[in-house]
Amino acid sequence: MRFEPVSGDAFTLRPKRVHEAQGRGRRAFAWFQAARHSGPVVWILPSHSPEIPMLRGLPHRVGQRLHLLRPVGEADLLWCVEESLRAAPIGLVIAEPTQPLSLTAGRRFQLAAEAGCTTGLMLIQTDAGSNATESRWTCEPTASLHADSTLHHWSLNKNKQGTFGDWIVNWNGASAAFDMVSETGKRQQPAEQAR
Amino acid sequence: MALADARAICPDLATRPADLPAEAAALASLRRWASRYAPMVASDGADGLMADISGVPHLFGGEADLRDDLQARLERVGLAAVSAIAGTRGSAHALARHGGGIIPDGRLAEGIAHLPVTALRVDHATAEALSRVGLARIADLIPLPRAPLAQRFGQGLVMRLDQALGQHAEPVAAEPDPPHFGVRITLPDPIGLQADVMAGLARLLDRLCDKLAATRMGARRVRLELRRVDRGVALVEIGLARPMRDPTRISALFAKGVDDIDAGFGIDAMRLTAPVVEPLAPEQLGGTTMRHEDALADLLSSLGNRIGFDRVLRLLPADSLIPERSQILAPAAYSTAEPAPKRTGPDRPVTLFAPEPVSAVSGHPPARFRWRRMHFTTLRAMGPERITPEWWFDDPAWRSGLRDYWRVETREGPRLWLFVTPQKQNADWPGPAGDKNWYVQGEFA
Repeated sequence: MRFEPVSGDAFTLRPKRVHEAQGRGRRAFAWFQAARHSGPVVWILPSHSPEIPMLRGLPHRVGQRLHLLRPVGEADLLWCVEESLRAAPIGLVIAEPTQPLSLTAGRRFQLAAEAGCTTGLMLIQTDAGSNATESRWTCEPTASLHADSTLHHWSLNKNKQGTFGDWIVNWNGASAAFDMVSETGKRQQPAEQAR
Repeated sequence: MALADARAICPDLATRPADLPAEAAALASLRRWASRYAPMVASDGADGLMADISGVPHLFGGEADLRDDLQARLERVGLAAVSAIAGTRGSAHALARHGGGIIPDGRLAEGIAHLPVTALRVDHATAEALSRVGLARIADLIPLPRAPLAQRFGQGLVMRLDQALGQHAEPVAAEPDPPHFGVRITLPDPIGLQADVMAGLARLLDRLCDKLAATRMGARRVRLELRRVDRGVALVEIGLARPMRDPTRISALFAKGVDDIDAGFGIDAMRLTAPVVEPLAPEQLGGTTMRHEDALADLLSSLGNRIGFDRVLRLLPADSLIPERSQILAPAAYSTAEPAPKRTGPDRPVTLFAPEPVSAVSGHPPARFRWRRMHFTTLRAMGPERITPEWWFDDPAWRSGLRDYWRVETREGPRLWLFVTPQKQNADWPGPAGDKNWYVQGEFA
């Protein structure tokens, strides 16, 4: 097996691959990743979705790079994802599919991401992901005891090329900077095996 | 005559409002047609055309035959027109508006002598002054000495008379045609294969883009009409995210539309037009940022052509404190990115939605509440931030009066943006409803 050098920290998404995030805090995770990627960000959400991003609440310098696509129907949404992944200048493609991703769709996304050198992040309903995903994150907002911290519980459930993990992160939603919170105790456990 | 008087005389009078732009457009197209008779055709007022036919009549067999040909063709399409041929522009103008005809060479003065002085394109006051002194026809004016005439009636009259008699030059000033962005190709044999259509399209696009480049324009919409053998027409139209004149990139966008059309028994003519064009200055070649912008515009074009350009959006900041109106969802193809406003003042949620009522509220701010079938217990609440409605807009969502916004962190995790409408009256009893009117409008990261 070939090991690739780890670049960046634990939350760096492997480039040229498509990843998945689930849980109630998946949008926060997506914005966190959008702040960490350079280049245009494409956010694809179904046209019937009432929840739209609010420009004044977005992380620093994400709003001007953001392109919002609101296709009608699942087929158009998947097409938009594939087309955006295949386009070279896009930095990150974030999509909110409403139906479970099939293995075919997941595999096609991976091929498109490789062709376009673009990273993708699917915000899926819980357990509605495809097996072709590079990594799957479960994200939950967490209550914090101190008023000045905004805690997120991000755990890595599936990882094709690495270990799992479980982190409590303090990220205030304004920039790409974040703090690890170490008092969970879970990090002291040995990391689970990838396979 | 006033319309009321005319109606009194003839009650069945049918009237239509004048459509001046349509008339001007019809005259312009007639002017294009009239260029078959002369290289220089100008529009003459709102209802006339002026053609300089020097050196042309022998091609039609003489002036009389040319005029007959013109009249016959106009009559065949149902246009009532009067035409005149004369040695000068002024004489032709005068004669065409008073019966028409042909004035032979060298007999200008006799030809227009019988016409009234109003035919000389003089203004109403001058014509009235002339008739007051008994000068009704052009024949009365010609023998008069010029100096007293100019002194009495102005230089304009003398100039018009000289122009009509050819003593003062007046060329036909044909305005240049606006560039027409359309090319077509007719095929000797009908074609039906997609590759053949794309090859034909590539040839047309090369010519269209050359035309666009010559006038420094870029196409925003491109329309391809394919005429089938059975006289049916298949239409493919694409939009572009920004003005463009690159044949290969436009051709790529047509691939899907051409795939869908039904060729029937074959296609024997193709027509490519650019109905919407915008100025596009020549660009510097090379450079990575330019390539990225091109690639992004290509992506937006292909996305917009499939899902609609009104669904490829961009968030633009707007100057309002009302959350819904603090941003505009603008089509990305018709707007440019603006830097986001600085994050000042109280925090804003990262996700915004239409207000959803919460139930089972206890306390102010709510200590416990129920939203989307989930129970929440408040850990910390920050607020209130009071936002008053913009009284100059009548927004139905804001008729309940001002709102107090709270950022509520729950023990369960989610950080919600709640508001209460203290001014809203409750239907059951008089007085403010208070704690009953809590809503969630957003979720923080």
